[in-house]
Amino acid sequence: MGDPQTMTAPAPGTPVAYRDPGRQALERRVARRNALVGMASLVVFVVAVSVLVSRTPGWPVVQETFFSAEQFTESLPGLLEAFLLNIKIFLIAEPVILVFSLLIALTRTLRAPIFLPLRVVATIYVDVFRGVPTILVIFLLGFGVPALRLQGVPNDPVFWGTVALILSYSAYVAEVFRAGIGSVHPSQRMAARSLGLSSWQTNRYVVLPQAVRNVVPPLLNDFISLQKDTALVSVLGPIEILRQAQIDASSTFNYTPYVAAAAIFIALTIPMTRFADWVQGRMARRQRAGGVA
Amino acid sequence: MTATAVPLLLVDSVWKSFDEHPVLRGIDMRVDLHEVVVLIGASGSGKSTLLRCVNGLEQVDAGRIVLDGDIDVTAPSADLDEVRRRVGIVFQSYNLFPHMTVLDNVTLAPRKVSSVDRAAARDEAMVLLERFGLGAKAGEYPDRLSGGQAQRVAIVRALAMQPELMLFDEITSALDPLLVGEVLDAVRELKKGGLTIVMATHEMGFAREVADRVCFLHDGVVLEQGPPEEMFGNPERPQTQDFLARILA
Repeated sequence: MGDPQTMTAPAPGTPVAYRDPGRQALERRVARRNALVGMASLVVFVVAVSVLVSRTPGWPVVQETFFSAEQFTESLPGLLEAFLLNIKIFLIAEPVILVFSLLIALTRTLRAPIFLPLRVVATIYVDVFRGVPTILVIFLLGFGVPALRLQGVPNDPVFWGTVALILSYSAYVAEVFRAGIGSVHPSQRMAARSLGLSSWQTNRYVVLPQAVRNVVPPLLNDFISLQKDTALVSVLGPIEILRQAQIDASSTFNYTPYVAAAAIFIALTIPMTRFADWVQGRMARRQRAGGVA
Repeated sequence: MTATAVPLLLVDSVWKSFDEHPVLRGIDMRVDLHEVVVLIGASGSGKSTLLRCVNGLEQVDAGRIVLDGDIDVTAPSADLDEVRRRVGIVFQSYNLFPHMTVLDNVTLAPRKVSSVDRAAARDEAMVLLERFGLGAKAGEYPDRLSGGQAQRVAIVRALAMQPELMLFDEITSALDPLLVGEVLDAVRELKKGGLTIVMATHEMGFAREVADRVCFLHDGVVLEQGPPEEMFGNPERPQTQDFLARILA
């Protein structure tokens, strides 16, 4: 690029991408000014909110009970250690949910009469587990199954809590997959079948790859939700982060450990949320379907 | 026109309705080996439905469609996968698989249906792509193609299964007028190679040039048929005259 002062417009019709340097400089100035205005506005807002909140009559007490720096640093190591259990539950549950829910979704798309029983079971499963609150499933499995005193069945509350999360979430994620399968235009299936591909091959090579791509953003959304819901397993008693925060809070009569636990969850979910946004943006740009209709 | 004893395709009084709306009303047609038959007629006259029935994508309500004298496409026990291996179809809306490269679009069916190994499928696909001027596009995704290129890829994709009969369902109707020519060139190339083709189109100039026989569909039957010179030069039926007068106006 030449010096803006000396560069003049090329002759009309010249096959180059010409941009007026004066205009570009102007655009840069406007962009810089917009950034400055945004920053200034943000600073004013944060200061105003801080001043308003700290002027409220109850603030000193709230600050001491919820935002005690001392309590925060004291409870943090124990909370982080307990959080490892949440991460473990999440890491085990997530892949199982992905596979299980995809199978459920595929079962629900089978049309051959012989598969009717499978389809009925899958439909009832989704209806039931989407209808029951997750915390109830955790209660029922976590307290109910060990009470049966079955031989060879684990009594570990973490095990049953994880199973309950898997059952509950798979019902939701199966519906996400089913929506994804439905989002692939019927003409794609028709084109594949017209080439001689079997119904299974059509699913495997044409429909599913597109379906999964279409539902990556809602899937990531469900997994952010699952990260948080690992805390529900605390109702069964294992020392995960929420239970640990409860123990800390009840021994000191200070709620700061809850805030600390919240901060730890946020530290994990925000990167995941940004990642989901990024994936969604990238797919929106990439998603220019090859076949019209 | 010399008719062989057993036609490649025989359509025998086929009926097809959607809900209570009759589209095909006892249609008869025969297509011989190496013949290029062009279907003309107003939208809704049954051209697309007929082609879809031949490929087994739609089930008929009555009548028979027999391929090669031995495969009854319309029998409930018909092996439709086998039918579709032998009959290729290309649609108005290309329907390329957007998540695959051009090469993968073309090689998918040979590899998975005909069990051709990857390297051989690739080589055969490249020969076909080169033949239709698409060699440079093998690695592209469909969203990077023009409409004309996409439709030629769709033709190559169907051709890769080495069908004995090719069906074209208004393959130029969705195209920018400037891009119609390159797709029609591809069809000329196929005719030169001796492929048997049944083609629904609104391109009357092309129909006149390339057809061995033109069938005029009206209200779900073949109302009139014959060599293109007669059909375009001296149609007998008033409906045919009326249709041609309007479309050529």
